[in-house]
Amino acid sequence: MLRIQGLKKSFGNVEVLKGVDLELQKGEILVIVGPSGGGKTTLLRSINYLEKCDAGTIAIDGKYLIRDGVYASKGELKEIRRTIGMVFQGFNLFPHMSVIDNIIEAPIRVFGKNRDEALVEAREILRFLGLTDKENSYPFELSGGQKQRVAIGRALALEPKLMCFDEPTSALDPALTDEVAKVIKSLSVKGMSMLIITHDMEFAKKVADRIVSIDKGVIIDEHMYESGTGE
Amino acid sequence: MNGIIGFLEYFKMLMPQVMDGLLVTLQIFGLTLILSIPLGVIIALGRLSKLKVLNVITGAYILIMRGTPLLLQIVFIFFGLPLIGVTLDRLPAALFAFTLNYGAYFAEIFRAGIRSIDIGQYEGAGVLGLSPRDTFFRIIFPQALKRVLPPVGNEVVTLIKDTALVYILGLDELLKIGKIATNRDATLLPLVIIAIVYLALTYVLSEIMTRFEKKYDYYK
Repeated sequence: MLRIQGLKKSFGNVEVLKGVDLELQKGEILVIVGPSGGGKTTLLRSINYLEKCDAGTIAIDGKYLIRDGVYASKGELKEIRRTIGMVFQGFNLFPHMSVIDNIIEAPIRVFGKNRDEALVEAREILRFLGLTDKENSYPFELSGGQKQRVAIGRALALEPKLMCFDEPTSALDPALTDEVAKVIKSLSVKGMSMLIITHDMEFAKKVADRIVSIDKGVIIDEHMYESGTGE
Repeated sequence: MNGIIGFLEYFKMLMPQVMDGLLVTLQIFGLTLILSIPLGVIIALGRLSKLKVLNVITGAYILIMRGTPLLLQIVFIFFGLPLIGVTLDRLPAALFAFTLNYGAYFAEIFRAGIRSIDIGQYEGAGVLGLSPRDTFFRIIFPQALKRVLPPVGNEVVTLIKDTALVYILGLDELLKIGKIATNRDATLLPLVIIAIVYLALTYVLSEIMTRFEKKYDYYK
């Protein structure tokens, strides 16, 4: 589903990713842990084409975002980005748009769906996320957990094959992390792959099929977590 | 001319001229706004562009427009352009100068507004696949607009008073009407009346701007 090989990225003289190799299966929940500055955010941003890498390969669902340091064409990039959903740490919701408008913006503007069709699908997503009554609220009226679910919903509207989460528990009450874990697990059951970065080890254990850690720009070890063992 | 009755009589007598002046003032004011705000947005985009050439050109433009008196700009455009073969009537010349000048001020306001929008908004739009055009017009600009409303309101109020500068071209706007009447009738009353008219205009404009700001209060 996702394959990364020899990925390198420098900011000026500082090499942040020093040859990262990583694979992710369809429907798998992979959690990346590691200390701040270890490169995990950069890795996630690179997969979303928010950072440009210097060398290496990223392939998503068989399509190359970057192959041996060479990026895909503009048109291909657009296609590939559509298959990835991203939930930012700060959510980055559009504050001037209502919850439902946040969700239908991309389906209408990017996929060219008509408004009615997009609304039906968006309401379906809101129901799945338990946000039906927030349809017409604005982001500033929502709690952190609700904002996060809207951000998840907005990404889901693109029907991505891979969902990325940047520190999904950082803005949440500890009591709410179970909720997010539940949402993430139910999505993976549907066949969506999940890539999560966090430094919340408790949460990682709760949600992950597999945990890897990254430090000083390389993947340093892999822990396997069989789902269902409670580990 | 004694007391309040006299004042009202005089006011009535002067009214038609004041209305004519008001019309000219509003014409310059309205057309300048309609033309200079879009110009300001375009110049602001030039300032923010990644293209160095555009930065330099729009930067120089803003420097010149904000760095020289509007009065001089009006004079140069009306009396100077004919020297290179471009002759404009008085009203178009005034409008041209006002639009160029206010476009520069609006550009700086819009630039600040656009710059103030968090990078996360661009990234959020980017991962959704929105085009740069949609990102700007659907996501960034509407939010910038809300933030710039107070300084835009400031400019709007300044503009209504700046329109008096077109007296230099002999256009019969409000202030000139007042001055003529003051000289002719040897009284300050016309200027008092004109001041009241400006004040009323400013009041109305401030109210309109407040409405706009309230309209954008639906989100934070």
